[in-house]
Amino acid sequence: MHPLDKKMWRDLWRLRTQVIAVALVIGSGVGLMVMSLSAQEALRTTTEAYYERYRFANVFAQLKRAPQSLAERIADIPGVQTVETRIVEAALLDIDGFEEPVMSIINSVPENKQPVLNQLVLREGRFVALNAPDEVIVNEPFAEAHGLALNDTFKAIINGKKRTLTVVGIALSPEYAYAIAPDALIPDHLRFGILWMGEDALAAAFDLKEAFNNVSLTLLPGTAAEDVIDRLDQLLEPYGGSFAVARKDQISNWFLMSELDQLASMAVILPTVFLSVAAFLTNMVISRLIATERSTIGLFKAFGYSNVEIVFHYTKIVVAITMVGVLVGWAVGAALGHYNTAVYADHFSMPFLIFRPSPASFAIGAIASLAAALAGAALAVRAAISLAPAEAMRPPSPPVFSKGAFSRLGFVTGLDQPTRMIFRHTLRWPGRSLVTSFGVGMSVAVVVSALQWLDAIDHMIDSYYVAGQRQDVSIGLTEVRSSTVLAEFRHMPGVEAVEPERNLSAIMRAEHREKRVGLNSRIEHPHLNLIYDVEGGEVPLVGDGLILSTKLADILNVGVGDTVTVEVLEDRRPIVDMKVTGLFETYLGFPAYARIETLNRIMRERPAVDTVHISLDSQETPRFFRELKDTPGVSGILVVQAAIDNFNETVAQTILIFIGFFSAFAAALCIGVVYNSARIALSERARELATLRVLGFTRFEISYILLGQSALLVALALPIGCAAGWLLALTITTAFDTELYRIPLIVSPASYGVAMVVAIAAAFLSALLVNRKLGRLDLIAVLKTRE
Amino acid sequence: MTMKQTATAETDRTSRPSVLSASGLTKVYHSGEVSVHALRGIDLELYPSELIVLLGASGSGKSTLLNILGGLDHPTAGTVFFDGVELSSFGDSALTRYRRDNVGFVFQFYNLIPSLTAEENVALVTEIAPDPMTPSDALRLVGLGERLEHFPAQLSGGEQQRVAIARAIAKRPRLLLCDEPTGALDSQTGVVVLEVIEKINKELGTTTALITHNAGLADMADRVIRLADGMIADVTVNSTKKSAHEITW
Repeated sequence: MHPLDKKMWRDLWRLRTQVIAVALVIGSGVGLMVMSLSAQEALRTTTEAYYERYRFANVFAQLKRAPQSLAERIADIPGVQTVETRIVEAALLDIDGFEEPVMSIINSVPENKQPVLNQLVLREGRFVALNAPDEVIVNEPFAEAHGLALNDTFKAIINGKKRTLTVVGIALSPEYAYAIAPDALIPDHLRFGILWMGEDALAAAFDLKEAFNNVSLTLLPGTAAEDVIDRLDQLLEPYGGSFAVARKDQISNWFLMSELDQLASMAVILPTVFLSVAAFLTNMVISRLIATERSTIGLFKAFGYSNVEIVFHYTKIVVAITMVGVLVGWAVGAALGHYNTAVYADHFSMPFLIFRPSPASFAIGAIASLAAALAGAALAVRAAISLAPAEAMRPPSPPVFSKGAFSRLGFVTGLDQPTRMIFRHTLRWPGRSLVTSFGVGMSVAVVVSALQWLDAIDHMIDSYYVAGQRQDVSIGLTEVRSSTVLAEFRHMPGVEAVEPERNLSAIMRAEHREKRVGLNSRIEHPHLNLIYDVEGGEVPLVGDGLILSTKLADILNVGVGDTVTVEVLEDRRPIVDMKVTGLFETYLGFPAYARIETLNRIMRERPAVDTVHISLDSQETPRFFRELKDTPGVSGILVVQAAIDNFNETVAQTILIFIGFFSAFAAALCIGVVYNSARIALSERARELATLRVLGFTRFEISYILLGQSALLVALALPIGCAAGWLLALTITTAFDTELYRIPLIVSPASYGVAMVVAIAAAFLSALLVNRKLGRLDLIAVLKTRE
Repeated sequence: MTMKQTATAETDRTSRPSVLSASGLTKVYHSGEVSVHALRGIDLELYPSELIVLLGASGSGKSTLLNILGGLDHPTAGTVFFDGVELSSFGDSALTRYRRDNVGFVFQFYNLIPSLTAEENVALVTEIAPDPMTPSDALRLVGLGERLEHFPAQLSGGEQQRVAIARAIAKRPRLLLCDEPTGALDSQTGVVVLEVIEKINKELGTTTALITHNAGLADMADRVIRLADGMIADVTVNSTKKSAHEITW
């Protein structure tokens, strides 16, 4: 081995703790990038493969009832590849040991075999048998939530009749990857289940022999879904069809894609910021590290090594140091990426996982880090080789200090000398000081921006459920009923108050813009279910106008006073012009409201309701639910407190993992930065500190001088980091403005606190490591050696 | 000097208690498989207010001796007593305390803190000493009363060394140890520095040990101890010492 190469390996070994610290900085940047990109890439690949393998349909339509013969006419629509008709209905389940009634969707499947489209991933058991009307397959997350196993039974009210069903299979379906109940925000597997039942059995139950009420299609490649949907809607209109949807608007897929989009923007913004910071810090650290090699470089030149040979030598060292970090980042990032994908795949009930990250995510991190490190080294090496060998071999002349603005500050006179040294050193090299503070600050910022998610979610729950929805339970009815139904609910046990709601599915148009929306209603002075503006509180509803969420107003580009054309998609499909009388801000969805009387008039119906909001006496809740389980005509139940708990639990589960990883990466970055800055300061100032020891300063006192500066820089970093964290959170919340939800920019003081504690703890750990080295200062050498 | 004179001078000193008393000092450095005997049994007493010069060639053991007397190193064998307390048994923190309260160091390369002004460099020590003079008094004593506000980089080598001396004596140490204090200076500047050391020794009565390989400095000492191969080769008492400004090299 060439002596220079031997030197390289020995240098790397000698500098091993610093190499590790640099690797932490590089590794955290690269790791976070690889983790985020590979996870979101894998989720997309997995989803696509899942849809492909289990033949997820391209177009879906629900109708009232159509004869089986219609299927052939549907198949004749140009561009249609496969047609599958089936029966899809809602039913309430009564599961032993679970107090509340459980909502479910029952889908028909052929007996003894897979359906053609939207196939099942049979995890356990078998398909339903012929002539076994009480056999069902249940979806796996629901079975897990209730501990249901094969051959277990539960009761269900199917078309008003109570029946006992037996579990013969447990399955997953691409159609219900995100199994979400109507009007829910996230899946609640305890309160919403998916069942598959034999075609004959379900047809018999709903009186749909030789008929269907749901159809799914796949399309030939190159076919536009919109064209097929138009033709399909025309065909289905006489049969009570309510507008077909393309796969992109299919409810499970829409939620899934929204979540994947959010993950993607998260996977891009934060890691990019983080990697840039890590690259910048790598640049500075490597530059300072190589600067300490100045006299060695002079010596090489004196021996007759050419500049090229010297540059090559240091390039190799820097590449070696950087690659340690890159490899660590790759390994940790890939492992965590795989873990994260698994967590999400489970969250989305994916039956398998394809984790084959593309080389791009690995390359980006490595290239950015190498470029930054080499650029940093180039600066230092160039400075050293431009000197004459004799000059380079002499240590650099002592730094010149002068009385700057600092010394003129009033408080300086009160400081002891060690403290003055801390301040003067900090100000003498403002660039270095800023880099350290900036690095620590960015780790604070990353943790702040991660924690803000929890704060935002808390706030969203507060404003959506706690402030806006004061009912305990909302009941969805299977069909629109006369408002006399309110009295029936009013007389159920424990009911304290009831409030009606009527909901219409509609298309709103304003000039050339249109949006399919749910048009909801409120009574004039609601006490339970309010229209709640996130800033202004309750929004009053008067007259016959529309109150739009600002998101919907943006989509339609309308404001107060403008007119919107509303085409109702139900019944006789009336089209009316309505005036926008108010706007309100909400974080979730893009709702629109009108008075219930207004909707009843549009529909030319007597006072009618399809949803009942109820407040309950908490003592009577069990009795209420017992009675509700036997009440016909109920299709949906929302228990507000359960929804809040579920939201907190499910979201916290995924978000907390995410926050945990970001905090760990941020802490690693912080340790790397503080350790390197203090360690390099120690090699630069070893003589000065040893002199102080000779003069009678204790170890603690010199630790104060060296680490006091680190502490000062960390202290400076904390406010910088909190401010940067707020800005980062602002960037992210702005990027997350989707139709599904907007993230409010809320950072609680506790989040700032936790972020600062993480940074302080990481800095303290690094300080302890450097402090150990202070004990090994050579006091005698300083008496002899010149700087 | 005759043997008789030496004997009389010795009797004079032994009648007073010594500040520092070393006996049988041995120091062996192990470097790899080689053992270097830096000191081979040194007996030495330092008396109040005297100025001694430790003279020796490079490798004679004079720096090792100074390090042990200054509490920077432990002897391999032998004892050192300071005011009757055994130094050689001290641990790290007791030695730190000893240096902090009793010893002033002057280094060949000054070792000033570049980020502190002259006055602040002195204050660095006065802040932790039990009974110091003010930094400005100390700097006036070395003739730098006008340069309190200057940073090391703004001072000449001789001035920097005088700041170092002010820093060493501002705590009113019992012992002033100077390691080649003029080693980095030209002779003219060196003399100025020696005058300051002489003045401190005279006015404050600080026991001063000065190590040098420069035989010219021997004339300003009360006693000259020559070291060779880790042993005391010769002790000379100057009945008439020269003042610093008479010294040339």
